[in-house]
Amino acid sequence: MADQELETKIKTEEYFVNMGPQHPAAHGVLRLLLTIDGEIIKNVEPDLGYIHRSIEKMCERDSYQQIVHLTDRMDYLSSNINNEAVCLAVEKALEIEVSDRVKVIRTIISELTRIASHCLWWGVMGMDLGALTTYFYAFRDREYINDIFEETCGARLTMNYNAPGGLMFDIHPNFVKRTKDFIKHFKTKIPEYDRLVTGNVIFQKRTKGVGVLTKEDAISYGVTGPVARGSGLSSDVRKLHPYSAYDRVDFKEALLTAGDTFARYEVRIMELWESISIIEQLIDNIPEGEIKATTKAVIKLPKGEYYQRVEAARGELGVYINSTGTKNPYRVKFRSPGFSNLSVLNHITKGSKIADLVATMASFDFVIPDIDR
Amino acid sequence: MNFLIMNIPLNITSTIHDWIYSIMPETAASITIMVLIAVIYLALFAIIGLYLVLLERKVAAWFQLRLGPNRVGPWGIFQTIADALKLVSKELTSNDRIDKFLYNLAPYFVIVSTLIGISVFPFSKQFQAFDINIGLFFLFAVSSIGVIGILVGGWASNNKFALIGAMRSGLQTISYELSVGLSLLTMVLLTGTLQLSEIIEVQRTGGWLILQGHIPAIIAFMIFMIAGTAETNRAPFDLVEAESELGAGFHTEYSGMKFAYFFLAEFINMFIIASIAVVVFFGGWLSPFGITDGITWFPEVLWFLIKVVMIIILMMWFRWTFPRLRVDQLLTLEWKYLLPINLANLMFMAVIIWMNWTI
Amino acid sequence: MKNEDLQNIINGLGENLEFSTEESEFLNVLVPKEQLHTICSQLKSNKDLKFDYAFCITGMDWGKELGVIYHLNSTEFKHEIVVKVKTEDRENPTLDSVHDIWQTAEFHELEIYDFFGIKFNNHPKLRRLFLTPDWEGFPLRKDYVDEANMIIK
Repeated sequence: MADQELETKIKTEEYFVNMGPQHPAAHGVLRLLLTIDGEIIKNVEPDLGYIHRSIEKMCERDSYQQIVHLTDRMDYLSSNINNEAVCLAVEKALEIEVSDRVKVIRTIISELTRIASHCLWWGVMGMDLGALTTYFYAFRDREYINDIFEETCGARLTMNYNAPGGLMFDIHPNFVKRTKDFIKHFKTKIPEYDRLVTGNVIFQKRTKGVGVLTKEDAISYGVTGPVARGSGLSSDVRKLHPYSAYDRVDFKEALLTAGDTFARYEVRIMELWESISIIEQLIDNIPEGEIKATTKAVIKLPKGEYYQRVEAARGELGVYINSTGTKNPYRVKFRSPGFSNLSVLNHITKGSKIADLVATMASFDFVIPDIDR
Repeated sequence: MNFLIMNIPLNITSTIHDWIYSIMPETAASITIMVLIAVIYLALFAIIGLYLVLLERKVAAWFQLRLGPNRVGPWGIFQTIADALKLVSKELTSNDRIDKFLYNLAPYFVIVSTLIGISVFPFSKQFQAFDINIGLFFLFAVSSIGVIGILVGGWASNNKFALIGAMRSGLQTISYELSVGLSLLTMVLLTGTLQLSEIIEVQRTGGWLILQGHIPAIIAFMIFMIAGTAETNRAPFDLVEAESELGAGFHTEYSGMKFAYFFLAEFINMFIIASIAVVVFFGGWLSPFGITDGITWFPEVLWFLIKVVMIIILMMWFRWTFPRLRVDQLLTLEWKYLLPINLANLMFMAVIIWMNWTI
Repeated sequence: MKNEDLQNIINGLGENLEFSTEESEFLNVLVPKEQLHTICSQLKSNKDLKFDYAFCITGMDWGKELGVIYHLNSTEFKHEIVVKVKTEDRENPTLDSVHDIWQTAEFHELEIYDFFGIKFNNHPKLRRLFLTPDWEGFPLRKDYVDEANMIIK
């Protein structure tokens, strides 16, 4: 009662703050229009488009082989998974069955990409919460993966390793050995991550009970990926709609029910372990086989609509292709995980502090080109 | 005027003192000496500031699997000097529609308060500019002036991020000043004096205060370190400039040398907090177990600096490992935990002294 | 649930619904635009359907018509359908907003408004999300021309 009385007597005034497009916590060029009362957030209104390249429009004029290369630039941290999504969609439309070797290699590389992406997220999450050292620890480990990629396909980030029908070329002879070395190294490093951050009292205080997303809201807002799984919504495409070699490996879907920032954090750490386990199951017996199924030089998809989803590092990436039977798609839509996840931000950060907004955003792991496309 | 000048005890080096008095009239001599001391302290200020920045960068690098600055001079020892030159030569830009007078005044508030702060420390038995009998009390009083500079700077910048940062700084300093004060008051019970040189003299016979006061002294030291870190606005209490939330906080709109003033002041503040800790808990310039007491030529200031650097490294360790607190958690920590513990500790210390349980 | 069963249930929800499974892996339901909101809310509330998860909402320009494609999923039964809605009015296309049924639609509808110019009734705040407020035209429409920025092969 006394508090209420006080609140009515003291007149406060709301004000606007432009968070971004140049802001350290925006992870790029996200602009949030905040309505704040003191430190308390009243409304968050995202304003996008600072890195919009209209990839969907560009796809309408490009051939299917070219589209693959555009997807790299969406969620650049899971570039290989994006490539894979388009390739799978095209293969589904053409009814091409790729060889087991391709499937296994795609799975391994995708999981390595996921580890690299989660490593970067872990570093940035710590940094957003004020622990700067995490960034360098994470980059140390991520470097191993980038080196493996560089050796195999020449690129470290935007890899373009997949092509409709298979892979661009075979893996490097060192690939298996280096991947095993990395797994061995990384297994000792995740406990180090836990020691540095997970157990820290301040970190737990900052994340537990912050930005709580209930399961109902997660469903209604179409949230996917670790964000959904932190709220207890089973949404792992690798389990629900297995693609590539995921149906032949044994792994658990990381699922927690708390729905707060800490749960999302834990889910990602659990996913690191799962990814390691998937790679370990596959790396020792990569089957022999064709690296690329023969496709025509000009790919024409049969008339129809195709929807292919994959589990990118941030959630479900859907590729919707509407083809009229020509060499260019009629319409391509990328259902990016970040865009749907961003829509829930206002709902769960209303009434919390600025610092909570930053922590919540960090746990959502936004990549702005993925949202803008 | 003359009366005032003559009463300031100046005991840095008596030879120079006598020499200057021998060649000029008394008033001129004391003014000359004051200017000399001011110059020495300004130089000290710059050197401490710049090399603490370098130390921070090196320590950060060691924590973060990096090398740190290593290009300018051997081990990069001239790096921060080069940085300072860069900052001096930079254009001072400012925002539109700022409060010009306050905007320009703010850095001086911060820098002057820290400068006054370092003037009272006994770096060694002879090396002390200003030995007043309310030394510790004077330090609290002066060190909290700095926050006015931050508040003014944040307010005058015409930037909402700066304003939020400044407001956070206000509530942070008001809260944590209490803990700093009370934890030192606990130790004052033990020493019975506020004069810094006297506090050190007490420790010459009875051992360092952290040993003399054992349990309550250790609690007081821990609280002092937490509150002291908060006082200097360093991580995990760096909400004032919380870069992931506020960009750069209160100094968002400052550039060039004005920014450098804020930046250096932060490091000098850290030096001040570490120095208070060393004087009050670790015997100031006294050597551990008196190992260099017999050696007359040994510079006692070295012991002081070694201890200070160790405490500073401890504070840097905090910074590079802990995440940042949220603003309400910051206040909860102070008002719900530190303050009650501190008050209980004060009573505990009083009981210990009353029962004569000190070592 | 099989597509035929879904079709039977959904057929009872409204009039003039067109179903097709050709050229798609999902059951496609073409809904007349007047019935969009009522059918969508029933799709979600019907105890045998429970399409509570709109995982992809796509704006579409079919050349003659503009429209929206909703990919729907039921988190409980795991069945999926595609709902399509079309409007032939290219000058002032207007559809009902479904943001009160699936909250994710609020954001996707902003995107569709931005690129296709479809206005949504009852949308809380329809604004340009990606493009600047003074942008002319709707870039993802097939008849959009921008000689400076578009390279057409």
